[in-house]
Amino acid sequence: MPITNSLPETVFTTRVDDLLNWGRASSQWYMLFGLACCAIELMQTGGPRADLDRFGCVPRATPRQSDLMIVAGTLTYKMAKRTRLLYDQMPDPKYVISMGSCSNCGGLFQMAYSVCKGVDKIVPVDVYVPGCPPRPEALTEGLLRIQDKVMRERWLVKGSAAAEAR
Amino acid sequence: MTAKEIYERVRELCPDGVGGFDEEVPEPFFKVEPARIQEVCKALRDDDALKFHVLSDLTAVDLPKENVIQVVYHLYSYDSRQQIVVKVDVDRDAARIATVEDVWKVANWFEREVFDLFGVLFEGHSDLRRILLPEDWVGYPLRKDFVEQEEYDGISTERAPLVPENLR
Repeated sequence: MPITNSLPETVFTTRVDDLLNWGRASSQWYMLFGLACCAIELMQTGGPRADLDRFGCVPRATPRQSDLMIVAGTLTYKMAKRTRLLYDQMPDPKYVISMGSCSNCGGLFQMAYSVCKGVDKIVPVDVYVPGCPPRPEALTEGLLRIQDKVMRERWLVKGSAAAEAR
Repeated sequence: MTAKEIYERVRELCPDGVGGFDEEVPEPFFKVEPARIQEVCKALRDDDALKFHVLSDLTAVDLPKENVIQVVYHLYSYDSRQQIVVKVDVDRDAARIATVEDVWKVANWFEREVFDLFGVLFEGHSDLRRILLPEDWVGYPLRKDFVEQEEYDGISTERAPLVPENLR
């Protein structure tokens, strides 16, 4: 039952959850985490043509200020431990995009002795972006899926999954 | 100098333990006994006709059928613009060879890499540690009989069954 808005020009009614989620979804700061050639596409996505900034998604150089980790590239076992450390350093709530075949499942290099068979063996992944490498449009789509997920979360509802995770 | 002349000059300087010359390949090579490698390398570097001042690459090949790990030295001379490849067969079960770090300083990292991936022990090396793989890695992955561990440091090495016939 919508509340009648008597002052449509100046007053806007919404739910507190939606307002909070809108704020969070529109400021998904991502950690610079380029591991291999996917990092080039990640840079393109941040560049003027795809322009990830227009979704409020700006790069951060530190995990302490990041909401989103975009794992872009081949993950080796040596790097996997560092990845877990960086993920643990990010403040909650945090999200992970696995970008490209390599971080999805090891990709082209999965038969190699040194390559981790998917970043989901290390950290929980929210969105998998397929491709080798994915085009900037694909990564933008991945971010939009993250935003959808953020908008669906109900932080203020007692007993909800999001509230429990907090 | 042709590869043949280089080989003959090395034979003059170090008559023992040098042989197996082959020039029918893109990069001609000759073989050296493991015990003679330092002596031969010093001759290759210091002789006025040879002047191999640069060790371009030091790598290895695993040959399980011959039970041999072949350590390969790629040498280049900027003075006379010539190159030669030196190969040394070391025993696969007790892979040991003298370091050439005191002949070419650059051998330090090359030898660490060969140690890391093939498990060849370079005797006299100043700092023989793993260089690429993590320090707690088990095994030498470029050996043909390397078996992947079930997990590394708690991370499963299992692959996703996407194309089952192509995996494992």
